Amino acid sequence: MAPTRPNLPAPAPGDAAPCGYDHLRALMSRQTGDEKHDSASTSTLDVLWVLYDRVLRLSPDTIRDDDRDRFYLSKGHGPMAYYAVLAAKGFIRTDQLDGFGGFDSILGHHPDRNLVPGAEISSGSLGHGLPLAVGTALGLRAQRLAGHVWVLVGDGELDEGSNHEAIAYAGRAGLDNLHAVVIDNSSATYGWPGGIDARFALEGWSALRVSGRDHGALEAAFTAAHPSRPHLVVAELETAQNWPRVLLAQG
Amino acid sequence: MDTMRERFAAVTTELLDHDRRLAVVLAAISVDQFRAAWLRHPDRVIDLGIREQLLISVAGGLALTGLRPIAHTFASFLVERPFEQIKLDLNHQGVGAVLVSAGASYDVSAGGRSHQSPGDVALIGTLPDWKVHVPGHPDEAEALLREAASGDGLVYLRLSTEANQQPLWTGRAGATVIRRGDRGTVIAVGPTADAAIAATDGLDVTVLYLATVRPFDAAALRDTLGRPDVVLVEPYLAGTSGPAVNDALAGIPHRVLPLGVPLPELRRYGSPAEHRVAHGLDAAGLRARISSFLSV
Repeated sequence: MAPTRPNLPAPAPGDAAPCGYDHLRALMSRQTGDEKHDSASTSTLDVLWVLYDRVLRLSPDTIRDDDRDRFYLSKGHGPMAYYAVLAAKGFIRTDQLDGFGGFDSILGHHPDRNLVPGAEISSGSLGHGLPLAVGTALGLRAQRLAGHVWVLVGDGELDEGSNHEAIAYAGRAGLDNLHAVVIDNSSATYGWPGGIDARFALEGWSALRVSGRDHGALEAAFTAAHPSRPHLVVAELETAQNWPRVLLAQG
Repeated sequence: MDTMRERFAAVTTELLDHDRRLAVVLAAISVDQFRAAWLRHPDRVIDLGIREQLLISVAGGLALTGLRPIAHTFASFLVERPFEQIKLDLNHQGVGAVLVSAGASYDVSAGGRSHQSPGDVALIGTLPDWKVHVPGHPDEAEALLREAASGDGLVYLRLSTEANQQPLWTGRAGATVIRRGDRGTVIAVGPTADAAIAATDGLDVTVLYLATVRPFDAAALRDTLGRPDVVLVEPYLAGTSGPAVNDALAGIPHRVLPLGVPLPELRRYGSPAEHRVAHGLDAAGLRARISSFLSV
């Protein structure tokens, strides 16, 4: 039996009114019911917006094109900002945000690519997106397709060993169509002494570190040249509330 | 006779020349056998080094671009070690792939527990949509490989150094009827067939041969059923297809004797033949248990 992606309904004309960055928090509120959002829930918001608004060659019209850019949300937990961006860009309808997490909703607490138009991978369990993106980068390269792959990973997620199989291989294979963004809010339980970017660089990646809230700096980092190397952008965010776990662990 | 693994490398090398959709993903195992293919198709013969989680994820990522990945290593490292990757990066993404294992059950008997994985088919059986092939001969392995490579679903192809003298699968989907009888049914899976056929010589029983266990050919079992006593002979964990037999005979009072590799760990090295005897999967061991169960 061939597993196939179900035919998803296209957004109704006029119902997916694209909107801008200023609307994103309201679109998040439609999912959570909260008027305010803590820094953790918006840690990915600016990175996602800059990617979808300024960098990715991807739109609802090109989502089935073989040579489109692809974005893989590996850190699938807390996807409200992601869904808000997908709605703002017209991949899903804004009214679909209302049922977030419900039995009849396509929008779960972790995204499912078979349910959400525009979601390129299903995620939730940590440490799967970057390895999948390596495979996709290899597949695009083998077919001489021009598309690039972007994957968003959390700094805590890098604790998962599967990422390190992917980081080492991608660097050595010179996968220059592969891009990773690490949201660094210091949430890794034991931290990454020396810096996440230094570790990727040692494995052969191009690596930059910028503020995760500065749209201009993010765009510049995302579009920097990185010939013959995969590219990492570490987006620095406010420290997550759980950061003292490192100190607690050390007594 | 060549081994199934040698046939796999030779046939896949040929297929890569003709099917531009095909890609082979390796994790250091069998790299030498794919060297010629890699020289011709360096972008579609990918050795990741000893990285088995990445092996499955890369297969999923390739499939997301429309390629048909074939991922290969020893069964322990293909199915057991990266099982969550199989569940999430193949099944849950909704993409297809062909997983081809070598080193089935006790093939690597002298290698000890780390290189034995009698639970592979049972584990795959916990996931939906998989076809599971257990060829008993290199010719069967080749036919099943060609079919899998040209498809787009999820296929597990379990290769073994244990093999029958002759191919028994006719090429038609489903079970092959080896013999008809009235006193019960013996289902022999893959490389257990020679021993099972020898063990039932002269007995009034039906013998069915399966090179494919998922989907399970329930219709063949029902259509040939005499006395509803069924002996299941599998080359991996005993009882793996027991639920499939019970489903096939739901509504019919029946008995099942599931034979295969027992659950307890056999802490012995030695040869595959010695393990076969220790597991009671040689002809004498099978005959004693089959005769006792069927009272024949």
